[in-house]
Amino acid sequence: MKIGVLALQGDFDAHRKRLEELGAEVVLVKKPEQLDDIAGLVIPGGESSTFLNLLGKEGFAKLKGFVRMKPTFGTCAGAILLANEVENPKQVGLGALDITIRRNAYGRQVDSSIREGQFLHDPIEMVFIRAPKIERLGKDVEVVATEGRDPVMVRKGNTLAATFHPELSDDSRIHQYFLDLVTNGKH
Amino acid sequence: MSKNNGHSTSPRLKTGLAEMLKGGVIMDVTTAQQAEIAQKAGAVAVMALERVPAQIRAEGGVARMASPKIIREIMATADIPVMAKCRIGHFAEAQILQELGVDYIDESEVLTPADEAHHVDKHAFTVPFVCGARNLGEALRRIAEGAAMIRTKGEAGTGDVVHAVKHIRQIVQEMKILTVLGEEELYAKAKEHQAPYELVRIVARDGKLPVPNFSAGGIATPADASLVMQLGAEAVFVGSGIFMKNSTEFADPVEAEKRARAIVKAATHFNDPKVLLEVSEDLVGAMKGLAISGLDEAHMLQTRGW
Repeated sequence: MKIGVLALQGDFDAHRKRLEELGAEVVLVKKPEQLDDIAGLVIPGGESSTFLNLLGKEGFAKLKGFVRMKPTFGTCAGAILLANEVENPKQVGLGALDITIRRNAYGRQVDSSIREGQFLHDPIEMVFIRAPKIERLGKDVEVVATEGRDPVMVRKGNTLAATFHPELSDDSRIHQYFLDLVTNGKH
Repeated sequence: MSKNNGHSTSPRLKTGLAEMLKGGVIMDVTTAQQAEIAQKAGAVAVMALERVPAQIRAEGGVARMASPKIIREIMATADIPVMAKCRIGHFAEAQILQELGVDYIDESEVLTPADEAHHVDKHAFTVPFVCGARNLGEALRRIAEGAAMIRTKGEAGTGDVVHAVKHIRQIVQEMKILTVLGEEELYAKAKEHQAPYELVRIVARDGKLPVPNFSAGGIATPADASLVMQLGAEAVFVGSGIFMKNSTEFADPVEAEKRARAIVKAATHFNDPKVLLEVSEDLVGAMKGLAISGLDEAHMLQTRGW
């Protein structure tokens, strides 16, 4: 089972390492046609505006089709890309998750933080870097993790999005959760 | 793990932002309009400056931190991270930049150094720092002081890639050597590199720096970006190469945007000659530049810092 990590820009290598530690075969995806060979995709942290730029029209359309069919997990910029409504500024999204997400919602880098949140009701470390916030949850969007009162990881069907960076923590539970989703299709 | 709601100086947050910039291009800008072009073209961050290195080089005089007013205007325009430069050792400029809220500070040899012996104690700051280096020892000394990102120095403001290549090759080669040495040989290497033994040991174990390693100083074309990334750089800084036609005149904004887009694509597809050809073909000319071989050492910026 091959798992792709979108490698246009960002911390794709941190995801690759974590997924490989968990036994997955990882493909770094830079070209649209590579999406045909993978069972699931991780969209990493980075700059969402840069991702959009590098995807181009063809890449965006192909990815939009992919995320409707196959399990996809976006972290930070990846979560922004998966949303159907993006604020601050307004930006197109792949629309795989019916959520409104606000870019840089905590402030600038000096407001980045490491906090303790809850993942499936268990405590977990969360690294927030110039992170977005999920401001609206659409119907059928399930909250998988919270920090304080904020939903910070959500899911609908095979699509998963986190506003923090599990790839920068030593804990592998969240990546395992995604791999299980790819293997079993549900939890 | 801290449940902080305030500010944190955690090295993981500092290098974390650098992780997010990997595979990207950080562009020097001097106006809000340039910042907008950079962002539209796909830059991952901008460096807010009053003058780009080529101008500093041409005009001479003391180069200081940019006016906070200019940086603030750029911060108001850009949604991507904004970096700014302080002089080597000028911790008061760094304090001002942190207060202003920039996302990264570059303690840079491009500006006139403020201290002949000491760099800024970067651990004392919440905001992360990037520092230049020409060799492994210099990189590790900066990391010991708290730098969360290293960029090879090259020779800023020239558009000549030769020293960017020299410095990335130097660092990569010195790291490779460490990985094949025995434990007992690392002590002498630490002495030779004038770097903390603990950091030397980490590099010997991992074969790479404990923080992201980017390239800067003379990168002017998509091919230049590809070259330094194939040599091991994880992202590139492009200074004068995008918005300058030569050391005094700005390039046409449409051309600048084209060049910016091309370099962004080259950074992602750095090992794909087909894409590199495609993006290179669209470009008209590049910055005129200044050959480093014609510069005497007194005019080199890279020798600032130690």
